[in-house]
Amino acid sequence: MIHLENIEKLYRTDTIETVALHNISLHIDKGEFLSVMGPSGCGKSTLLNIIGLLDVPTRGQVKIDNQILGNMPDKKLARFRNQKIGFIFQSFHLINDLPVMDNVELPLLYRNSTARERRRLASEALEKVGLSNRIKHFPSQLSGGQKQRVAIARAIAGSPEIILADEPTGNLDSTMGNEIMNILLTLNSSEKSTIVMVTHDETMAKKTHRLVRLFDGSQVQ
Amino acid sequence: MLKNYFKIALAVLRRRKFFTFISLFGISFTLTIIIVIAAFWENITSAGYPDTNRDRSLYINFVMQENPKQNGMMKGPASFYYMDHYVRSMKTPEKVAISSIFTATNTYVRNKKLLINMKFTNDQWWDVLEFKFLEGKPYTLQQIRSGERIAVISEDTRNQYFGENEKCVGRYIETDNIQYRVAGVVKSVPITAPLIYADMYLPYTLSKNDYRDKSINGMYSAILLAHNSDELDKIRSEYQQVVLKVPPQNKDYTKISSHADSYIESFTRMFSRKSDSSGLAIVITGAVIVILLLMLLPTINLMNINISRIMERSSEIGVRKAFGASSGTLAVQFIIENIILTLGGGIIGLIFSFLILSAVNNSALIPNLTLTINFTVLLYAIIACLIFGFLSGVYPAWRMSRMEVVNALKVR
Repeated sequence: MIHLENIEKLYRTDTIETVALHNISLHIDKGEFLSVMGPSGCGKSTLLNIIGLLDVPTRGQVKIDNQILGNMPDKKLARFRNQKIGFIFQSFHLINDLPVMDNVELPLLYRNSTARERRRLASEALEKVGLSNRIKHFPSQLSGGQKQRVAIARAIAGSPEIILADEPTGNLDSTMGNEIMNILLTLNSSEKSTIVMVTHDETMAKKTHRLVRLFDGSQVQ
Repeated sequence: MLKNYFKIALAVLRRRKFFTFISLFGISFTLTIIIVIAAFWENITSAGYPDTNRDRSLYINFVMQENPKQNGMMKGPASFYYMDHYVRSMKTPEKVAISSIFTATNTYVRNKKLLINMKFTNDQWWDVLEFKFLEGKPYTLQQIRSGERIAVISEDTRNQYFGENEKCVGRYIETDNIQYRVAGVVKSVPITAPLIYADMYLPYTLSKNDYRDKSINGMYSAILLAHNSDELDKIRSEYQQVVLKVPPQNKDYTKISSHADSYIESFTRMFSRKSDSSGLAIVITGAVIVILLLMLLPTINLMNINISRIMERSSEIGVRKAFGASSGTLAVQFIIENIILTLGGGIIGLIFSFLILSAVNNSALIPNLTLTINFTVLLYAIIACLIFGFLSGVYPAWRMSRMEVVNALKVR
């Protein structure tokens, strides 16, 4: 499903060159739930961004479904992300000016779907995360856990095959964190979604199929 | 999609109330100025009472005498003799209306000073222009030739001098210690038509300036009425032939030039120092520069506000990109949001314009003036709004579309 080959990511300024990722090769199967752990600044989020085509590696190759996605133009890359990938961010990144329903509909706006179809899919996604009764609320009216559930609904509304979660429980207390983790596990088992999750929480990571550890940009496990 | 953009645009406007106010104020204020100017322009340039035959009329407002040796020139209205002798003898025009520039005199009614602007005309003045006579009739050629002290007055003058709706034909009106018998009363003309406006129209033979004086320049202009609009070019070329035959009256000022122009050109010619240029291009260029400068200020202001809003909305930009919006789609969204804002400003501007134009129409500032927002002006306003929205949105949208997703999502 996802194949990374000798990925290297360097950040260069006039004076310093920082290695964010060094020679990462990774294969993730369809339907696998993989967690990525490591200390802060070890390159976890950079790796996730590269898998999600939000960032480009300095060297190496990213393949998803056997497609090499190196030099795809912006428009094609955007369409690919829209169809294949859903994102969940630590700080939710909901659009505060839009109500819950519109936030969840967001990925569907960039597809050729009708307003009715968008509404139906968004409602289904909200039902899966248990927030059907909050569709008219604005993000500022929700708790942290509810915001993250909206973010999950947004990520799954377009039924992408891959879900990339960057510390989805990082900003939540343990009860809410567990709630979110359970939703992700259910999605993985019932929808067969491929999930890559960056986390600091060992307990959460242990619930996933496989754990990858990074240290100073290199894979250590 | 559009509904979503619309919701976002409204939400952003509500969130930043002060900036929204500044933006809307800038746009609506500028548009109001443009619309009011356009309404004035429309009123001045389009045919209207009593100059309804403008499509088949040509105007002579200036005669220029040039001194080629010293690069000097004299430019101004023509003498009555010039108009009567050279212009009225032309074969192609159906009729020639000759009139002086208006001159102010004072009169006193019930111990109150009343300013009366007088205009001296020939008899064909009343045939070329379609004045509405509320009472009486125009003076005749015979009355002009006999030097009869007779006048046609405007409705406003009648109301102020004789009283509201008083019958006054046959009665006398006194100004500059001279009494004139009223031959007729016409519906008043606003001062924005200076070629035609007057409070009192008198035969040219009553002017204190000698109408037989053979000088070239004087105080008269002429309106040449063609049989139909196809004959305007014929009139123009005949007039050029006539001008060539006018003998110089001063040994230094040897070159004489004058043109039979359209209504607008007859005014813009005063801005031109060259005898063969109507000055229209200069005036239009000037007007375009002024309007562009007027529009530039709110556009730059809006552009600045938009750029500062980009950072504020970088999380949204990042999320939209992550979920499949291309840079182009986002740029279009931002431009549409701006157009929504500017159209909002445009609607407010239209309301302001309507209020200002109503106030001008109802005030005594320019009597008898009726300014309207017509479809042409409305079209100008909508185009101006779209240009505003587009210009103020393009650069920020371009900046936004270049933003890397990863960086956009880092800003919280």
